[in-house]
Amino acid sequence: MTSLSPTGDAVALAGDGQRTATRINASTRWSVLTGAAAYALLPWYLLEGSFFSTAWMADWPLGKGGSGLALGLLGGAWQLVPILIPLIVGLWALTMNKDNPRLSQTLIAAGAGGLALMIIEGFAIRHAGWGFDFLKTLTGWEGPRQGGMGFGAFFVAGSFLVMLCHGLAYRGYCRGDVFIVTSIGAIIALIGVFVFMPIIAVLQSAFLDLDGRFAPAEFVTKFLDSSIWGLDCLAGGVRCGVAWNTLFLGVLVGVMTTALGLAFALIATRTGFKAKGALRLLSVLPIITPPFVIGLALILLFGRSGVASTFLSDWFDIPPSRWIYGLPGVLIAQMLAFTPIAFLVLIGVVQGISPALEEATQTLRATRWTTFRTVTWPLMRPGVANAFLLGFVESMADFGNPLVLGGNFEVLSTKIFFAVVGAAVDPGKAAVLAIILLAFTLAAFWLQNSWLGKKNYTTVTGKGDSGLPQPLPRRIAILSYGTAIPWAILTIVVYVIIFVGGFVRTMGRDYTPTLIHYLTAFRIEQTDHGLFFSGSAWNSLFTTLEVAAVSAPLTAAIGILTAWLLTRNRFAGQRFFEFGTMLSFAIPGTVVGVSYILAFNIPPIELTGGGLILIICFVFRNMPVGVRSGIAGLSQLDKSLDEASLTLGARSFTTLRRVVLPLLRPAIVASLVYSFVRAMTAVSAVIFLVSAEYNLATNYIVGRVEAGEFGLAIAYSSALIVIMIAAIALIQFFVGERKLGRRGANEVVVGAG
Amino acid sequence: MSRNGPASVEFRNVSKLYGGVTAVNDVSFTIEPGTLVTLLGPSGCGKTTTLRLIAGLEMATSGQIIIGGRDVTNLSASERDVSMVFQSYALFPHMSVLDNVAYGPSVSGEPKQKAHAMAREKLELVGLKGFEKRMPSELSGGQQQRVAVARALVLEPQVLLFDEPLSNLDAKLRRRVREDIRRLQRDLNLTVAYVTHDQEEALAVSDRVIVMSNAAIAQSGTPRELYEQPASLFVADFIGDSNIVPIEIESVSGDRAVALYGEARFELPSRGAKPGAAKLGLRPDAINLSAAAAPDALPGRILHAAYLGKHMEYTVLAGGAELFVVDRRVKQPLAVGDETNLTFDRDGMTVLPA
Ligand SMILES: Nc1ncnc2c1ncn2[C@@H]1O[C@H](COP(=O)(O)OP(=O)(O)OP(=O)(O)O)[C@@H](O)[C@H]1O
Ligand SMILES: [Mg+2]
Repeated sequence: MTSLSPTGDAVALAGDGQRTATRINASTRWSVLTGAAAYALLPWYLLEGSFFSTAWMADWPLGKGGSGLALGLLGGAWQLVPILIPLIVGLWALTMNKDNPRLSQTLIAAGAGGLALMIIEGFAIRHAGWGFDFLKTLTGWEGPRQGGMGFGAFFVAGSFLVMLCHGLAYRGYCRGDVFIVTSIGAIIALIGVFVFMPIIAVLQSAFLDLDGRFAPAEFVTKFLDSSIWGLDCLAGGVRCGVAWNTLFLGVLVGVMTTALGLAFALIATRTGFKAKGALRLLSVLPIITPPFVIGLALILLFGRSGVASTFLSDWFDIPPSRWIYGLPGVLIAQMLAFTPIAFLVLIGVVQGISPALEEATQTLRATRWTTFRTVTWPLMRPGVANAFLLGFVESMADFGNPLVLGGNFEVLSTKIFFAVVGAAVDPGKAAVLAIILLAFTLAAFWLQNSWLGKKNYTTVTGKGDSGLPQPLPRRIAILSYGTAIPWAILTIVVYVIIFVGGFVRTMGRDYTPTLIHYLTAFRIEQTDHGLFFSGSAWNSLFTTLEVAAVSAPLTAAIGILTAWLLTRNRFAGQRFFEFGTMLSFAIPGTVVGVSYILAFNIPPIELTGGGLILIICFVFRNMPVGVRSGIAGLSQLDKSLDEASLTLGARSFTTLRRVVLPLLRPAIVASLVYSFVRAMTAVSAVIFLVSAEYNLATNYIVGRVEAGEFGLAIAYSSALIVIMIAAIALIQFFVGERKLGRRGANEVVVGAG
Repeated sequence: MSRNGPASVEFRNVSKLYGGVTAVNDVSFTIEPGTLVTLLGPSGCGKTTTLRLIAGLEMATSGQIIIGGRDVTNLSASERDVSMVFQSYALFPHMSVLDNVAYGPSVSGEPKQKAHAMAREKLELVGLKGFEKRMPSELSGGQQQRVAVARALVLEPQVLLFDEPLSNLDAKLRRRVREDIRRLQRDLNLTVAYVTHDQEEALAVSDRVIVMSNAAIAQSGTPRELYEQPASLFVADFIGDSNIVPIEIESVSGDRAVALYGEARFELPSRGAKPGAAKLGLRPDAINLSAAAAPDALPGRILHAAYLGKHMEYTVLAGGAELFVVDRRVKQPLAVGDETNLTFDRDGMTVLPA
């Protein structure tokens, strides 16, 4: 059927195309060569000083900075020798052509074998001898020792990973796209190491006794301890178990924040309320406020010498008391902190209810109250449940407020902290508590997903619904204003305290205006050697800015890459991949902190005490938000844009860079802002990970609060808030808006969710 | 004109499964170089999937795809010399018209100057000179469509694909644009695969038409073959809206058959039919209505009548079946309830395999 003559020269050209296609990709060649070079030359183990110090170079290629090859063959680290084999296999694969069917097998074998060897070797031989008990019994001695992975080991592992992924791509996995397979592989490896491995470390240490032996009985004892599950308080005793405290607080906070958020949402959408802009601002402020700052403001307001307390005792003879320390204080602080989240969720729900539905009911002669009861409320119910669960989870994960205000009221997150850094250090107990807390939050997220996931926002259609939203029935309106207005006043007072507090000598006692707190924190002196940042806050501020500035773009990059992989490609194991990338969202910060300490304090991956672990912690904690805003942005981008680019000969990476990323600006801004803000304000996870050298602003402030230096703490906090506002403006300015011409100018708005 | 010359496209037993759904089922066909072939069929029959298989946007589950004599079954979209014009046009909204069209050459490594020159040439070809600086959102639907065509042409691909390119245009513009596409295809000697579900559009532009149904090919041939020699009930019904009525084949002699429809008896090409029950395809415009009784006429009654300006449409009950009839005589319309007599043009009658 085919007439051959017109296609003749096409065949010739096709032959030309095939000739280029037969050569192995340059990226494959480079990564194998890099791995081999790293094995032969770079220091295999973690260096104590800087890479650029000369200390290790003296004995090179042996000694502390010795390469894998030299140490393995000559330095007695025989466990490194087998790694040579997969490297040689990888090099051998480079001699093959792309159409050789053995190429992919060889690369896969080299990559998978190399990774397996490194994992076995890394976990079998640790800093204190054998890593597995059976090896001790088998060999009868403590075993060889080795330190954590250094540059050499890191590059070799990376090279094996690339070999494995390229091998899979040459087999046709993911349409044979090398970039996609390698991205998936890299993200799986990172998630595995920085999300799953720490969790496994927690589980492991919960089941081990102090000598490192498997002791399930001890786990059960620890797990059922009365300090966790005791119900004394019901029987008139002093305290209930910490698990009950946490649950009770979580439920209260969930209910209250939902009620308040709903009141605000109804007022904002269904009444003639004028100052809606102010409402928006009130809802955004707490997001850029470090969580414990609200607790701090409450102390300044209601503490024994707080503004309100002194006022009450001066004028009404009500003696100041410590009521704010404990459940009431934590509850109020968390309500102030998390009501905006409920508001943001619920305003979406209330706006999503199609006015046409309500109008339809009214044409059937229902009263406004009946309409609300039979149509509006049932439609809102899933959203309300969602807001409740979010408040519940946030409350359980919160660490700053219970730490500052808890007093004798203990919750899981603070208890975990004191089990790690307190007087009685007990990592096993911390691990058990962490497992309980994790189980609570995972259960809440599971409920949210399975029960509510599909019901949400059912009436949002793409079409502009005509019709006006119904005004609120009178009793609902009165109720809404009744809850919202006092609350708004309290919020405003709290923020006034935060901003005024730094400029007076002592809140509650001495209102003399002063700059002393700011000077203590941020003094800069002119010396002979130039400017000297002598203020006590500079050190932690610089570290914080550095860590936030490095982790924000990394978070955005990895989050958006993941979102793109998830939405634009289909591959085996996609559901599991998605679950893995979202998991860290459900892990409370305190649990992350504990698990990182347990996992990364010892080889093979030794990170604690440095700045890198802070960055890694932020990247993987905040990544799910990057993924979500990326998915939201991508789902509004027509998939055929990518496809048009592909059919025009652009490879997937070029398509990502030239078509997708420029159109994803709003999502990029959202995840940059979010991860920057979270890195500036986080306390719970990093309080375990900071060191004297790498201290963070929030940790420093918490320290000042505990030392009673409220003025300094509040001054620093307001400075942080101002810095964050400036940084957000800066990000907006540089990454900016999409330029799409007139019609498409404002079509996509992605929330930070 | 095409850089590599137009290429043939060949499917050998290609299937595509999405999980459990079979979108394309064991399809084989060949598109000759330099021809325009349409894929026609009802919604969900697998036209778009077939097109995407040619482009490399979907990978075949089984079978072989050969473009220009080269097996491309396992090549990705960017490795195939195929361009596509998307139903939504898929213009990059953040790039100007010129940058959109220059995208192909620029990602394949041409210097900017050259890429822009190539883009200008193709924009001129589609009549959009002077629009280079505009953003896509500043163009009308028809202009956007032409930019999309220019962008697909700029690399002078071996095969050009169109997925329902006219569906976003208004009825007037459709006719003009489809003629433009056809002229471009002829002038540049392109191999084009074109998807539509509009049978009139398919008949108007194609060298050959492939009719698809339920993920498989129902029939392929020239527009005339399909219209006059439908191979199945489905094709007869889908192309030209034939009335399908039950008939009785009384006798077959050679390639002629005698068929009984109601009381009327006809001699028709047998097309392989056997004596017994069969079906007859009756074109709506091959049925004549007249008040006067004729010897081989069938009596009928008007059930429904509609005035469409150029012609009348009737539903007529005759021989136990409801017939859809198109009548050009709008000056003396019949009314609902009128009795009438039906006669039939022989070339609008096709015996169909039952
Ligand atoms: N990504 C997908 N996943 C699962 N099923 C799919 C997918 N894409 C298409 N299908 C199914 O494959 C079948 C063929 O789809 P296709 O898009 O090719 O139809 P089509 O002929 O182009 O229809 P239309 O005229 O409506 O565009 C349909 O049943 C469709 O539901
Ligand atoms: Mg389609």
